[in-house]
Amino acid sequence: MPKKTKLVNSKGIRTDGRKIDELRPVKLEVGILSNADGSAYIEQGKNKILAAVYGPGEVHPRHLALPDRALLRCRYHMAPFSVQERKSPAPSRREVELSKVIREALQPAIFLERFPRTSIELFIEVLQADGGTRCAGVTVASLALADAGIPMRDLVVACAAGKADGHIVVDLNDIEDKEGEADVPVAYMPNFDAVSLLQMDGILTIEEFEQAISLALDGCRKIYALQKEALKAKYQAIKEEVEGAEEE
Amino acid sequence: MTSITVSRIRQQQIALLIADGKRLDGRGLMDYRPIQIETGIIEKAEGSARVRLGKTEVMAGVKIGIGEPFSDRPDEGVLTTNAEFVPLASPEFEAGPPGEESVELARVVDRGIRESEAIDLKKLCIVPGKKVFIVFIDIYVLNHDGNLIDASALAALAALMNTKIFKYEVKDDEVEIKPGFTKLPIKNYPIAVTFADINGKLVVDPWLDEEEVMDARLTMTFDKDGRICAIQKGEAGTLSPKQVIEAANIAKEKTEELRKLLVKD
Repeated sequence: MPKKTKLVNSKGIRTDGRKIDELRPVKLEVGILSNADGSAYIEQGKNKILAAVYGPGEVHPRHLALPDRALLRCRYHMAPFSVQERKSPAPSRREVELSKVIREALQPAIFLERFPRTSIELFIEVLQADGGTRCAGVTVASLALADAGIPMRDLVVACAAGKADGHIVVDLNDIEDKEGEADVPVAYMPNFDAVSLLQMDGILTIEEFEQAISLALDGCRKIYALQKEALKAKYQAIKEEVEGAEEE
Repeated sequence: MTSITVSRIRQQQIALLIADGKRLDGRGLMDYRPIQIETGIIEKAEGSARVRLGKTEVMAGVKIGIGEPFSDRPDEGVLTTNAEFVPLASPEFEAGPPGEESVELARVVDRGIRESEAIDLKKLCIVPGKKVFIVFIDIYVLNHDGNLIDASALAALAALMNTKIFKYEVKDDEVEIKPGFTKLPIKNYPIAVTFADINGKLVVDPWLDEEEVMDARLTMTFDKDGRICAIQKGEAGTLSPKQVIEAANIAKEKTEELRKLLVKD
């Protein structure tokens, strides 16, 4: 990979002004699409991602229905305008793979056995990509599932760590993802200390990998707190609305 | 997991034995099935190999073409990896466009080769920005008895090491093919090791019945210098962070063992 940019300067500051263990600003909103049964929106750095959940509902085609649990389907998709050079809207092989690993990351958290013979459809639309979209996608999708009222064992939260200019850093941005030495996305269920998504590309020694995992998990725990706040904020808003109406 | 249904009682038996440190086919938890590798089996392909991992059988063919480089890497050859789940390999496979699992298989194998820089792509540039060699790796699953990733990664690397490129001359930006061949420039040897987590216990090289029972799958690819170059967790189960680190240490050792099958020093 040709090195073009200095990713971490001598003071340990990254291209976007962050320290090596600092997350990008995260903004989360729950319940923002009226048609979906559940929805959520995330901004993480310049990432802008929407997630929507439809279901549990009828399975189409019907032969895919499972007798003992719900079928979870997931589509991760990037808008053609989400990246520098227009991306064809047809699903790429990357999107096919990410749809699979995101589905597998969320599935262990959902009580699918409560809804036999139904399907839960999850759509993740990346409106703007800035590195770490699969992680932000997991984080936002898990909120959309919760917003749809689907019973879950825990919220799933995801965060990447990696290596840039020899430093192990958390929450890689676009340029660190492209020009850095390694990227380790991790999805995590904090209440169970369980990793549900783990990938890596690049080159790391085992020691560096251990460090990256621990940094990614710290990142996950921080975002997890924000997820819970975002969920509560939605119901707080409803509560205030109802109480306001009662007073009138 | 798509595979032949394993009866509940057999599933239980597999899980109970593993909890006891044993496996239904008599292997230890960290033992591979017997591995056989043959290379140069398809004369018309520039490189080829067949790997038998127990009853799992995977072929990899390498074809070399000439095409345009990617605009962001004008002086590098191009690598593309594809996997076919051929219908004759399993009653579960169907003809048609590649499914999720074959896309994942191809991308995990590709990641190991690409990230370890196994192929010296810089040496595959013919006319910078205009013409480069394209290396097509096609993975052909012939018999599915579990752990397609490790078998495919071995087959792909064996085929690459067996690949010859025709000699050529460039005249006025046109490529003229000359008699004779050179070897594909290989500079790293990535090896994948796949674990199955069954009731919280890790085993390597799961066969089909174990894949049916497994909660999670974890593949770790190491390069020749003992560094990790690719990881992929699969299936809907979870792993503890401790298990992940344990797996990395085991995988490092196992990849060193497996690499000796291909690289004699």
